[in-house]
Amino acid sequence: MSVNELFGAVQASLAADQDVREDIRKVVQVLEQTAREILTLLQTVHQISGFKEIPNKCQKAREHFDTVKTHLAELKTKFPADQYYRFNEHWRFVLQRLIFLAAFVVYLESETLVTREDVAAILGIQVKRHKGFHLDIEDYLSGLLILANELSRLALNSVTAGDYTRPLRISSFINELDSGFRLLNLKNDSLRKRYDGLKYDVKKIEEVVYDLSIRGLGKGDAPSEGKTLDK
Amino acid sequence: MSKEGRFRKRKHDNMQPRNQTEEGQSTVTSTPVLLSFESFQKELDAKHDKYERLVKLSRDVTIESKRTIFLLHRVISVSDVGELLHEADVKFGDIRLKIQQIAQELIGEDTCQFHRAFSPGLQEYVEAVSFQHFIKTRTLISLDEINNQLIFTPKTDEVKCSEDLASSCSQDEKQEQQPLCLQVTPTDYLLGIADLTGELMRLCITSVGNGDIETPFEVSQFLRAIYDGFTYIGNTGPYEVSKKHYTLKQSLGKVEDACYMLTVRGSEVPKHVLADVLSSKPSRIDQEEGV
Repeated sequence: MSVNELFGAVQASLAADQDVREDIRKVVQVLEQTAREILTLLQTVHQISGFKEIPNKCQKAREHFDTVKTHLAELKTKFPADQYYRFNEHWRFVLQRLIFLAAFVVYLESETLVTREDVAAILGIQVKRHKGFHLDIEDYLSGLLILANELSRLALNSVTAGDYTRPLRISSFINELDSGFRLLNLKNDSLRKRYDGLKYDVKKIEEVVYDLSIRGLGKGDAPSEGKTLDK
Repeated sequence: MSKEGRFRKRKHDNMQPRNQTEEGQSTVTSTPVLLSFESFQKELDAKHDKYERLVKLSRDVTIESKRTIFLLHRVISVSDVGELLHEADVKFGDIRLKIQQIAQELIGEDTCQFHRAFSPGLQEYVEAVSFQHFIKTRTLISLDEINNQLIFTPKTDEVKCSEDLASSCSQDEKQEQQPLCLQVTPTDYLLGIADLTGELMRLCITSVGNGDIETPFEVSQFLRAIYDGFTYIGNTGPYEVSKKHYTLKQSLGKVEDACYMLTVRGSEVPKHVLADVLSSKPSRIDQEEGV
């Protein structure tokens, strides 16, 4: 084969690759739109009026996740199943956002940490790689770190809204999350960078709990037991 | 590998009781979260370990490939070409063994996930293999040819195993029993070929010094074809490819200049003087490029 033919073949494969990326980008754009809608919906819990309607909001958010499911199913068809990591960076950001949103909904509903299996179920994707479009563990962990950041905000705003017990529950939840992350040996990558921010969230919530307890506003004196006392 | 695994497990066992004592037995609710994070720890550690092993293998491939290229540069200046080429073949055999190890690490994994770990090694390998191919045949090796050399048949005991299983096993198991192969991606191929042009330029200049009048012209023709190929791809390729395009242009300039000198002054100037004249050339070309 001549040099020209060889380069022609390579060019063809590069062009095919670009077409696939273009298709993926289109679907990802729609996903990003839906993710923004869910976020807007959930943002209202920070308002004073929003606290009473939390179950209602979660219900609506869950409905939105159904459209997410269909979009993710569409995304699956845009590239060969065994090339997940080749195009991974296109949807990495939006997937992390969606994981955060799912975790947020689950937290608001039940005040528990969403499991990896549950996130996968909410998004309609797989946990294990060999079964198809899956939930990468690092993306899941990144999503949880975004959740921690959001909850530190929620603790603050729930005090403003007059809910003095919530910060205590959030505090024990975040502490648990923090001790979980301490078990991991992280490499010096984006996940590690995000994890480094977790301690500021923990600090912020602890300050809220402190403010409440010196004024006798919260119930428990020991924040870590706040949850068990409440329930 | 097994040692490391055992070590990590032990460390992790140590951590578990400590956590239990810290948290106390009262917080039963905290256990599921910590338990799941323990499994995440294992998963992440396994992934990072694999990545590190691949990086190490890739470095070995790079070093060996570079040595082979140096060896092949000697081919031009020494008369016993056959022996050196044979030596290069032996070296390539060793390199392929390393690449086979990479392929083994990647069994059942998504190749693209770890691509960054071993891609530099593969590029260097492409450079070395294509250089040898050019010296032998004066043509460009194709991506398929390279990939075909990287298909490894499983060892005999594995074959037996696969025969036993073949009748009953499920599809995933069958996939594992397939011959190992590691496919060079078009991008890695292109980057390797771009590096090759630098070697060809060196080959051209040294061959002038050795009084070889034909090689420079062959090289310049070959380089021109490759340059045209890269121009054809243009910016459809990834960013790194366009970056190499510029270096390629410089190499081509040097080679074309050498051929020009040979044609104009080849008949009148002694060979060793010509080589000196040529080696002083590149600086002037660089200036031209800058303008």
